[in-house]
Amino acid sequence: MDALIFLIIALPLAGFLTLLFFGKRIGEPLAGYLASATVGTSFVLAAISVLEFIRGDEHGRTVELFEWIPSLGLDATLLWDPLSAMMTLVVTGVGTLIHIYSIGYMHGDPRYGRFFTYLNLFIASMLILVLGANFGVLFIGWELVGLSSYLLISFWFEKPSAAAAGKKAFVVNRIGDFGFLIALMLIFANFGSLDFGHVFEEIHEHAGIISVGTATAITLLLLVGAAGKSAQLPLYVWLPDAMEGPTPVSALIHAATMVTAGVYMVARTGVLFELAPVSQGVVATVGALTALFAATIAMGQRDIKRVLAYSTISQLGYMFMGVGVLGLVGGVFHLVTHAFFKALLFLGAGSVIHAMAGEQDMDKMGGLRKKIPVTFATMMVAWLAISGIFPLSGFWSKDEILAIVFNRGGGYLLLWVIGLVTAGLTAFYMSRMMFLTFWGAPRWDDGVTPHESPPSMTLPLVVLAGLSAVGGLINTPWKPTLEHFLEPAFELVHQTHLPAGGTQVVLAIVSVGVGIVGILVAYQRYVRRDTQLEEGGIWDTLLAGYHVDDIYGRTIVAPGKAASEALAFTADAKVVDGGVNGLGALVKQVGGMMTRLQTGFVRSYGLGILAGAVGIIIWMLIAGGSLI
Amino acid sequence: MMPLFAQVSSSGLSVEPHWYMALAAILFAIGAAGLLLRRNALVMFMSIELMLNAVNLTFVAADTGIGSIEGQISVLFVMVVAAAEVTVGLAIIVAVFRKRATASVDELSGLKG
Repeated sequence: MDALIFLIIALPLAGFLTLLFFGKRIGEPLAGYLASATVGTSFVLAAISVLEFIRGDEHGRTVELFEWIPSLGLDATLLWDPLSAMMTLVVTGVGTLIHIYSIGYMHGDPRYGRFFTYLNLFIASMLILVLGANFGVLFIGWELVGLSSYLLISFWFEKPSAAAAGKKAFVVNRIGDFGFLIALMLIFANFGSLDFGHVFEEIHEHAGIISVGTATAITLLLLVGAAGKSAQLPLYVWLPDAMEGPTPVSALIHAATMVTAGVYMVARTGVLFELAPVSQGVVATVGALTALFAATIAMGQRDIKRVLAYSTISQLGYMFMGVGVLGLVGGVFHLVTHAFFKALLFLGAGSVIHAMAGEQDMDKMGGLRKKIPVTFATMMVAWLAISGIFPLSGFWSKDEILAIVFNRGGGYLLLWVIGLVTAGLTAFYMSRMMFLTFWGAPRWDDGVTPHESPPSMTLPLVVLAGLSAVGGLINTPWKPTLEHFLEPAFELVHQTHLPAGGTQVVLAIVSVGVGIVGILVAYQRYVRRDTQLEEGGIWDTLLAGYHVDDIYGRTIVAPGKAASEALAFTADAKVVDGGVNGLGALVKQVGGMMTRLQTGFVRSYGLGILAGAVGIIIWMLIAGGSLI
Repeated sequence: MMPLFAQVSSSGLSVEPHWYMALAAILFAIGAAGLLLRRNALVMFMSIELMLNAVNLTFVAADTGIGSIEGQISVLFVMVVAAAEVTVGLAIIVAVFRKRATASVDELSGLKG
């Protein structure tokens, strides 16, 4: 069975290599089929391998591939436990659907083969990330994911905005990676190993092996890394811009998979976070603030994909809240359901954009209900799911997180309130997006004739709609299948659990009520009163995302640029280059003076030799032969 | 071999060694002066040969004086090298003469700095 685990990664990797060298020759649509087949097969292999957990005769094992860095005791080892299995299923499952969707969506693109090359690379990287059995392998996957994200965001690099967005994503992620890398060094310094099993066992068996201060430092640095990858405050700015990439990329990377890497990492290192209560509070607070902050921005967006981008940031905030209070199952649960409904929303948005011939501004949409019925119906499911309406998937996972945060009590109650308010805002902005897109009178540009997308695009929508609808049932309070499934992976962590049954019901009613209020307010505003897209005042501020990009530009980018320029054009060009050039000029000048000695007359050379010889002889006579 | 030189020096007909040295010094000075003062490459070559042979003479004379053989071996080397040097040198001079129609070294100052 070990070979299967290896193949899960190897297949997309092989697909990547094949397409890298022969992608252009394979061409459309075969490249798409090949890429989809590799990821699809990986999914099947993962599903087969998961069966052994379900049968209960296996709780996780490691697969050693090869010795990597012997001096650090670091091997290329894979870990197959319920948590990595869950992530693998999500990555390959949603990944397969998005590959299939891309076959239709990327139709006619001149770099069709190249697109699937990158997609396969991304899937392989993500699998390395979630299947690594130590921080080293995790980090390799982490960086590769950043790379493929960069390649895919700037896929249409002819557009300057897309090229800039890719660069921005890469640079912002590097800031996070910086923290992550320091955390890894601290872990190695304290445990002498980067192996998950070793580190977590050490903590478990030797209480106080690291001080609370060290644990806090490590976990906060891990959070910096996670905040970069998972687009949390203050490093979220790259994600809205990442919408410049093709829509399947937005769905795959910036909703379903890559951005969950941070959540996965925090869940994986839950043992460390348990040692550091302060870090737990920080993670949960960052999550809650991000959720609220991004939700308010989402209310003011006009671009359909940017609404979803901010919504993703907001939902990732929920996941951070969940894992922050050590409700690890809750966080992972929301990660899974969110992967379903957010991938669906993005793919649906892609279908809308496809129908509107590339238009992304909701101001130019409206009244699309009848024109693209499949897209509309499937997006309805996702809309209600993310709004937390019973009994769709989002309801179960979001409520689980809110209930766990509530149960933690104390100052966390404030975070619960923030989460609840955000739930209302979420319902509002998602409804606003739906109403502006599908209801009301058409505001299309001339010549736009909306049409339903091809089956390769609608099929994934339907599948995802099914998953978004019933996906929540994998972890209901009375039948917590997912919790039992993940138990072996989290056995060393004392998780926060759900409150008592009665409290749960009350909390659920409250949050569904908040969601319904959000939808009704939006209905009143955008359907009954037919409000168009707002302008002026607070709406402009929201549209600009509170001008965070400007603020970063002025406080960080501009000084950074000035410093770089000072270093480049003063320190380097004048001081360093000046020194080197000065030395060169000096040698040249001395050389120039010395050339006068070279008269070109043989006689003068002969005289020189003779004079030298005479000089030596005289000196020998004076020195009295002591030379020899 | 030693007895051979011993015999010569003991015959009473031999010239005192320092006369050889003086002759060698004079020959060397003539050669050096010729090398520095003349412009014709051929003549300069002959001057060099003169200097080399002056050195050879000192070698042989000194050897006889101290009854050694290394100097004579050195002389053989000098002669071989000088022959090789002349071959190359004359070839260069001929080539230069063909190209420039002169053998004056003052004309050949193309490598002046």
